[in-house]
Amino acid sequence: MYVAVKGGEKAIDAAHAWLAERRRGAKEVPELSIAQIREQMTLAVNRVMAEGSLFDPDLAALAIKQARGDLIEAVFLIRAYRTTLPRFGYTLLVETAKMDCIRRISATFKDAPGGQVLGPTFDYTHRLLDFKLAAEGSLPDAPKAEPHIGPVPHITEFLNKEDLIQQEPANDKEPRDLTREPLDLPADRALRLQSLTRGDEGFVLGMAYSTQRGYGRNHAFVGELRIGTCAVEMEIPELGFAIEIGEVELTECETVNQFTGSKTEPPQFTRGYGLVFGQTERKAISMALVDRALRWKELGEENVGAPAQDEEFVLYHADNIQATGFLEHIKLPHYVDFQSELELVRKMRAEAMGTMQEAAE
Amino acid sequence: MSLLAKAPAIRLTALWAAFDAKPAFDWLRAPEVGGAMVRGRMGGTGGAFNLGEMTVTRCSLRLTDGAENGVIGHAYVQGRDKTKAEIAALVDALMQTPSANAVKSAVLEPLLTEGKAAKTDRAAKAAATKVEFFTMVRGED
Repeated sequence: MYVAVKGGEKAIDAAHAWLAERRRGAKEVPELSIAQIREQMTLAVNRVMAEGSLFDPDLAALAIKQARGDLIEAVFLIRAYRTTLPRFGYTLLVETAKMDCIRRISATFKDAPGGQVLGPTFDYTHRLLDFKLAAEGSLPDAPKAEPHIGPVPHITEFLNKEDLIQQEPANDKEPRDLTREPLDLPADRALRLQSLTRGDEGFVLGMAYSTQRGYGRNHAFVGELRIGTCAVEMEIPELGFAIEIGEVELTECETVNQFTGSKTEPPQFTRGYGLVFGQTERKAISMALVDRALRWKELGEENVGAPAQDEEFVLYHADNIQATGFLEHIKLPHYVDFQSELELVRKMRAEAMGTMQEAAE
Repeated sequence: MSLLAKAPAIRLTALWAAFDAKPAFDWLRAPEVGGAMVRGRMGGTGGAFNLGEMTVTRCSLRLTDGAENGVIGHAYVQGRDKTKAEIAALVDALMQTPSANAVKSAVLEPLLTEGKAAKTDRAAKAAATKVEFFTMVRGED
């Protein structure tokens, strides 16, 4: 139990003043601007937007600066800020089939219609430190080729046509919203996906990796991974119709997984799905694997007791703000609580020692 | 309105600054920053799920000058820039008046051209990374 304490204002103020000074670092080094963080620490900004569950690159950059680069602290700042925003409404569903892709790859089809586009990727780099980056210098422009303008079809569509993969039919069901009601189990897939897309990247990655290592294995291939921007449309009450209110960068991962079949259905591939704000492909792939593992019940699979199949375990531990809030609170004053434990342990020891004394006599 | 919603605030402000016929107006709803919950499709084609929010600024105003008196403009623009929302609502209102052509060529057309150029530039860089993989034939073992 946590009992409030009083006092310490002066020390707390001094601690925060020092924090501000340490955040700034050595004065002879130029200060970072929000624009520099937004433009040059983009993947950190993307992670903070994804886990903060708010798409706003400038705010995420500000949060990273304020948090001295502690991304979970930055996510915390974004989550706190978003609770202050009035909710204007729910958007229409973003159509990832119409995405303007900067990257689009498939591990299953070499000759994917529409082509494989690598985009700005770390893949195929040698992971050797580039000391040229330690020196400021000009950069050659990236090469260009004849652009393809317009949508690129989803690769799973081609499996759909042969009925080789389980379909994902549209429906009008209103999804539950974690920001409006507490996480209540059992969760349906929509709630699980919302929870996973804002879940901690490290946690979701670990869960996904555990399925690959055999804890609820589901043999995932990346059917398609795409990154790009999608228009966001919303119904505007004043107008009575929907308009585009902006665009968001998204990473989408569709996995093609081991087949199931039944007495009535011939075998077909199953799917996992990941969709995350920003260029966040490790997270999107992880999300797809965990989504697939959590679908064991609807796909008629056996629960082998793997952690990634356990909805309660995954969803209740995926949120790094809940986790860090509970974890870090144990460093705050617990004096009254501890005092009672101290007295209890003294009493128990006295009793135990008394018994031992008696036995010895 | 879509064009205005997505336009970089800096460009919209600069283009508007160069536009002479700025009308007088009254607020019906002063600029307000809020959030919209973005929804995705499960599996890319299925039912809805809540993906996360984005920041949006909205406002409504009414023009108060002579012939344009009473024309209403609305804006819902991405981000938290209140000036951007104000300009977007003014442009929306002017598009319903005889100034439509002037505002179109001064503000909307440059935004459209620049937006297209940025998109083409990105697509051209993506096209340069298009890859052809070959599968190698393995040996006997």
